[in-house]
Amino acid sequence: MSKLYVARNTRVAARNLDGEMMIMSGKDSTLFTLNKTATIIWQSADGATPLDEIVERRICPEYEVDPAAAMQDAETLARELAAHGILDVSENPITPANSQPANSQPANPPAGESR
Amino acid sequence: MSGLMQELSAKALTLGVPMSVQLDLTYRCNERCVHCYLDHDDHGEMTTAEIKHLLDEMAEAGVFMLTLSGGEIFLRKDFFEILEHARRLTFCIKLKTNAIMIHEREAARIRDLGVESIQISIYSHRPEVHDAITLVPGSLKRSLDAIRFLKSQGLKVIIANVLMVQNMQDYEGVRALAEELGVESTLDPTVTPMMDGDRSTLNLGVDNAALQGLFRNESLVGDVEEFCAVPPRPGEDELQSLPCSAGHTACYVSPYGDFYPCVQFPLTCGNVRQQRFVDIWRNSEQLKEVRSIRVKDLSGCSQCTHVTNCTRCPGLAYMEGNMRGPSTQDCEKSYARTGIPSVNLQSKKPSVKNLIQIRMQPAGVAVPA
Repeated sequence: MSKLYVARNTRVAARNLDGEMMIMSGKDSTLFTLNKTATIIWQSADGATPLDEIVERRICPEYEVDPAAAMQDAETLARELAAHGILDVSENPITPANSQPANSQPANPPAGESR
Repeated sequence: MSGLMQELSAKALTLGVPMSVQLDLTYRCNERCVHCYLDHDDHGEMTTAEIKHLLDEMAEAGVFMLTLSGGEIFLRKDFFEILEHARRLTFCIKLKTNAIMIHEREAARIRDLGVESIQISIYSHRPEVHDAITLVPGSLKRSLDAIRFLKSQGLKVIIANVLMVQNMQDYEGVRALAEELGVESTLDPTVTPMMDGDRSTLNLGVDNAALQGLFRNESLVGDVEEFCAVPPRPGEDELQSLPCSAGHTACYVSPYGDFYPCVQFPLTCGNVRQQRFVDIWRNSEQLKEVRSIRVKDLSGCSQCTHVTNCTRCPGLAYMEGNMRGPSTQDCEKSYARTGIPSVNLQSKKPSVKNLIQIRMQPAGVAVPA
């Protein structure tokens, strides 16, 4: 199975509020909040660490969870955030040079607020 | 405010987090708007290093929404250096500017830096009116060119229009212009006093008849009957509520480092050159006083018909002399909306009864003893 790399998009605004991340999309000013688990993935999304490693090292030791199910949830989250242009997802490590600008994402996310 | 933002603000309030800050980078300006409340001379602005350090402190304190304003922000030669630093700290950034220094290159850079929105002051769709307010010939054209440059970069632009005697007839024209440009627009009939307390600018504000017309314009207010209805009497929850977010989840820092609850509330709470941002936020006695005030504590206002939907600004009230008192400009708006004078306006008006008297005694009529 190929690796999945995730990186925070550099065009979004983000701040941690009591362990939960507030994120404003640079693409359409949609506001998101991430719960504590999703926040861990967001904070670990450095473009160099594969998603399965983030789940294994940062999520599984903290929560009573089946690793396969956790990985599936994490990938769903990553792809959803990518569709909103707030996370970059790739099968190769992501560097600033190859990261996607927020408003060039092809996906067409729903308008309004997300959680 | 959206539901999610309201929820986050409530959480920030509970946690004591300054969610939103306006930082004025300079009071210098390349326009001379007739209604402006600022002294444009430079009395010792913070340096680039001081501002970067302040931004670091703000990010650490949890500030998320950062408005960079002035004066004219693009007059600072280090503006993009400051903006880059702020974006590295992942603030959600709104710029307030007259935009006359924004060309294609600046617009592209603003886009690359992921600015959330740019608010630009436009007072009229007619150059002779707009330029007579800014006192800079050609300023409307330059601001509109900038809006087009920014829009071509896919940026969110908001036209802000302050309504005054000079441009009262033009707000529909500005709205049409905004629509044509594909940008949002806001309209504010509030002219504020100068920060030094000089109230002469208030003479530029529109009168009650004009406000009444504005508040009965369905395209502006929606359902006129609902907007102009007499508000319900306040319940205990409303009396216990906070009058405004100033000092609770929001604050303001001047180009000189002075810390106020809000840009319209010039109560000095400290200076970021002398104290850490978060220490002022947490420990300032002035902020504690502002935070102690509930709607029930407002003199006059707490008994007023309008208390549940009044736009009362505590900063304007403070500039009138009492942060627990009314702000007359908002009383006038409530009056224009509903036709019912506020408690404050009633107390200011002299009694009409027996104000002018003519006593006459026709000739030849006997005066009773």
